[in-house]
Amino acid sequence: MNTNKIKTLQLSGLEPLIVSPESNFINIGERTNVTGSKAFLRMIREGDYDAAVAVAREQVEGGAQIIDINMDEGMIDGAAEMVKFLNLIASEPDIARVPVMIDSSKWEIIEAGLKCIQGKGVVNSISLKEGAAAFILYAKKIKRFGAAVVVMAFDELGQADSFQRRIDICEKSYDILVNEVGFEPTDIIFDPNIFPVATGMEEHNNNAVDFFNACKWIKENLPGAQVSGGVSNVSFSFRGNNKVREAMHSAFLYHAIQHGMTMGIVNPNMLEVYAEIDPVLLLHVEDVLLNRRTDATERLLELAETVKGDGKKKEIDLSWRDNPVQVRLKHALVKGLVEFIDEDVEACRLLYDRPIEVIEGPLMDGMNEVGDLFGSGKMFLPQVVKSARVMKKAVAYLLPFIELEKGGKRSSAGKIIMATVKGDVHDIGKNIVGVVLACNNYEVIDLGVMVTADKIIQAAIDQNADVIGLSGLITPSLDEMVTVAKEMEERGLSIPLLIGGATTSKVHTAVKIDQHYSKGQTIHVLDASRAVTVVEQLLGQKKDQYILNLQEEYEKMRVHHANHYQNKKLISLQEARSNSAKLNFDNIFKPKNIGITTFSDFDLKLLVPYIDWTPFFRTWELHGKYPEILSDEVVGIQAQSLFNDAQNMLQQIIEEKWLGSKAVVGIFPANAIGDDIEIYDLDGGLAYTQRTLRQQTKKASGQNNYALADFIAPKEKGIQDYIGGFAVTTGHGIEDKLKQFEEDHDDYSSILLKSLADRLAEAFAEYMHEYVRKEIWAYAASESLENDELIAEKYQGIRPAPGYPACPDHLEKIGLFELLKVELNTGISLTENLAMLPVSSVSGWYFAHPQAKYFGLGKISKEQVEDVIMRRGGDFNKDKVWYHSIIQE
Amino acid sequence: MSLIWKLLQERILILDGAMGTMIQRYTLEEQDFRNNYFEQHPSSLKGNNDLLSLTRPNIIKEIHRQYFEAGADIIETNTFSGTTIAQADYNLSSFVYELNFASAKIAKEVANEFTDKPRFVAGSIGPTNKTASISPDVNDPGYRGVSFDELVVAYAQQVNALMDGGVDLLLVETVFDTLNAKAALFAIDEVFIERKEQIPIMVSGTITDQSGRTLTGQTTEAFLISLSHMPLLSIGLNCALGASLMRPYLQILDEKSPFAVSAHPNAGLPNEFGEYDETATLMAVQIKEYLDKGLLNIIGGCCGTTPEHIKAIATLAAQYAPRPIPNNFS
Repeated sequence: MNTNKIKTLQLSGLEPLIVSPESNFINIGERTNVTGSKAFLRMIREGDYDAAVAVAREQVEGGAQIIDINMDEGMIDGAAEMVKFLNLIASEPDIARVPVMIDSSKWEIIEAGLKCIQGKGVVNSISLKEGAAAFILYAKKIKRFGAAVVVMAFDELGQADSFQRRIDICEKSYDILVNEVGFEPTDIIFDPNIFPVATGMEEHNNNAVDFFNACKWIKENLPGAQVSGGVSNVSFSFRGNNKVREAMHSAFLYHAIQHGMTMGIVNPNMLEVYAEIDPVLLLHVEDVLLNRRTDATERLLELAETVKGDGKKKEIDLSWRDNPVQVRLKHALVKGLVEFIDEDVEACRLLYDRPIEVIEGPLMDGMNEVGDLFGSGKMFLPQVVKSARVMKKAVAYLLPFIELEKGGKRSSAGKIIMATVKGDVHDIGKNIVGVVLACNNYEVIDLGVMVTADKIIQAAIDQNADVIGLSGLITPSLDEMVTVAKEMEERGLSIPLLIGGATTSKVHTAVKIDQHYSKGQTIHVLDASRAVTVVEQLLGQKKDQYILNLQEEYEKMRVHHANHYQNKKLISLQEARSNSAKLNFDNIFKPKNIGITTFSDFDLKLLVPYIDWTPFFRTWELHGKYPEILSDEVVGIQAQSLFNDAQNMLQQIIEEKWLGSKAVVGIFPANAIGDDIEIYDLDGGLAYTQRTLRQQTKKASGQNNYALADFIAPKEKGIQDYIGGFAVTTGHGIEDKLKQFEEDHDDYSSILLKSLADRLAEAFAEYMHEYVRKEIWAYAASESLENDELIAEKYQGIRPAPGYPACPDHLEKIGLFELLKVELNTGISLTENLAMLPVSSVSGWYFAHPQAKYFGLGKISKEQVEDVIMRRGGDFNKDKVWYHSIIQE
Repeated sequence: MSLIWKLLQERILILDGAMGTMIQRYTLEEQDFRNNYFEQHPSSLKGNNDLLSLTRPNIIKEIHRQYFEAGADIIETNTFSGTTIAQADYNLSSFVYELNFASAKIAKEVANEFTDKPRFVAGSIGPTNKTASISPDVNDPGYRGVSFDELVVAYAQQVNALMDGGVDLLLVETVFDTLNAKAALFAIDEVFIERKEQIPIMVSGTITDQSGRTLTGQTTEAFLISLSHMPLLSIGLNCALGASLMRPYLQILDEKSPFAVSAHPNAGLPNEFGEYDETATLMAVQIKEYLDKGLLNIIGGCCGTTPEHIKAIATLAAQYAPRPIPNNFS
């Protein structure tokens, strides 16, 4: 039994956090802060709490031991948002396990936050700024709430900016807290102000030194108290030069920790490993931090110019060519430079006895470094793909020599079968995962797209694979993945099954796939950056524990899911129909042109202004809104570099006509009958009956249960209405170009081209919609909108696509394709699972009613599924499979 | 130095057993819950045991007496649901003061009947039937059925009434949501300052199952840390688990707590009829393991325990020295 009194800072979320002299530096997550993160502010402002909660989760998963939450922004109700957000994360055990730091300069926000946390959190911050009386009042309340407190070195005269002022204020604060308020000394955390250095102003030169000395003084003179601070401030003068900033942060932390700083707000992405800072740079940085020479600032500024990392438009620095060849190879891999690779590999080959040793030695060393940097957030996906291109080229150069020698076998970390499942053609995500895994020395066998379960499993058996990875983008692929899992079970496989792709989710994997494959573990992989960690753990020594944890997590999700849906009742179809939207159809616009219009070899140059770049960056796992992403603090440099490559390729696509485009649009008379839309040909005959699905979730009063049919005038009104349809593609001819890249071992260009073709197809759809509004249907002839307004859908009318939230019914694509003779007119065909080929294609319906709007269908009842299949004259048992993902069970 | 603090240094103190289990033995009817006080109340009151302190005070006094006779040093007032929040279900929020005051008063009267050794009355403060940390609506995880401020108001009212009625201690018990308990401690602190008078506070949490966590997800250690800002007399665990299953979590408190450690486990787990049927002897065998390891300062019983259980436990505990208490508050 232990009889020690509490002698150290103890905090708690759902789990304890003990800050003892032995513990490592405590990293405080800072992205859930509206003043520090534009993205987070936008999420809160727009009420996108799912995304906001995800930010908190990422912080915790990324190693934050405390999360700092700040809602101090004039445009939002800070106290209400603080309460809402704290309540939301309280419901997420994987976030709530860590203590919360309630960060505000307003007492009412702090107090509102303290009333929401069951654990022992930290208030950030109070100070003597408003005088001792207010300080005592706040401290007493904080004590009563049972929280620790950050005390800023601040008083009525202002922020402490010298060593003496820092220690005077800290000492006074400590004395008041301990002796007047009765605060536990161990619950006090001082923030003695980290100020920028190298600002050019002489009075700032000693800022870091003063901070270090204050840390030391606090540790020695104010027993029990901790020291914290916001580190990025110190490098404020070097904004835009991340290399220097990263070096400054780590050097600063190194010294601050030695002087007694125990916790702090640090962006782990903006941190170089102290030992890996270039010695020259480190010397200059430390000269500044430690104020060792009067000209330290000038010298660092001068050096900074030359180490600008991705320095803009400067002459190419070829000094790395002077290094030994192994170092050159590593450099080329980490920097993604292909220019000298054949030459260097050849030079290296001559140094080794066997060509395989070049791969296993310097090349793998380089790739391991890439993997480490990526894993620790110091490299981003586009860089990794470029590194992989270098690796592939190097290996391709060596292969003939290895074959000549025979018996030369590479050892790999594991063999992974990857495939996009049957009926699906989307493979950008799968290819990225493949590249990332290959970079980490896994042997990836990519079976391509539209691969049947049988073929996947046979390949796994023949190749003696260690893991199978499935990918898919359209919703029917979810069912196909279930089929693969079932067959793996039947064939007696027990290797792990990875699930990835845009429509997949952890919940779906846990609830629908995992239980069909009992002999092996099924794991959802959120994005490429997680793939390596997941596979490493699955194949590593602690795999049993990892799988056990996963199973536990998935079981919890299944239970939660079951409870959730028991409680989430749908209303009956009849009830939903009686709550349909009843719109006014008195002013129907008669289209200028009725019938089908086709377009081919469209000039892609016209589409460039219509490109929505934000999803393009998302494909590359760079998250942020265009164009702000180009100047983002963390990913800005990479985003800009990727954007430059994209612009160059786009120019080539247009000038060299890499991609063929075709489109068809049609406008037809139509009327709604219930949830159906009858579409007539020019003679008034029935051409097609479109079946639409109706929302069945319970709505607040005044809100409707929508179906697309609500946007078309009902037949019984006797008013003639109209509907349109379209299909566009920019994917013709892409295969030739992709093949060329493949032969060149250039995954980077291959993925870049695919992602650009997808963007062009979307831009084409946007362009055609505008053309239809202004010229063909012409109901909005005078419309004039900028691209960002188009992206924000500020126009009249909608263009919902089958397979997307407003009409998740893929079967409707068949009718649309027949109506517009899509295959004949555009060359787009449908696969057995109704994915479009070429991949870069978009199809959908046009609705022109001013009140037509996008909505998510949500879950529907089995009753409605039976109803829609019956209306279409289909066979329920055969067709129900198409509705699996939307049917409520 | 307060008397109870001094006694805690000397020996293991005994807490009483279940109130509800004992009330069940009297097979009471609706009328017993109305008797003279709530004759005209529009809805059913049967099962609202707190009312019996007003309507059948002699039964409650008899139960207290039996526990004292069995050897309890501390008995709990019949006020587990004595907050406006918990009584709202019965539309009896306006009687909360009377209920607590009467319960404290009769408990104290019984305590005063015993002069052989010091006997204490702890005002029982239950968790209420609402939680401030979890949404009652699965579709709206940000929603809360009760706020911290509402809890503080309700708890302050209960604490004032209990102190007016003369309780010696306060026992914030069956804590399934630490935020509720923080609100109770917040209210207690406010009341102490208002009244310029303090009495010792005991806190007892509930680890719901062998996951080792409270209902709202905290580990035992996190629970302890979250409530350590007040100078408590004791912290411990009660309810949900029988003595054996509770042991690992008591060990954590023993290792980490600067305060005295208490336990009042259930008489095992309920059988298929929802009854607790672990006998006094069987329970005492498990309690002996606590005592052998020196885990405890205060021991009693929760659901299903009776004066027989308390007697067996008291006899056993008398043979053991108490756990040394690290913090020397007085």
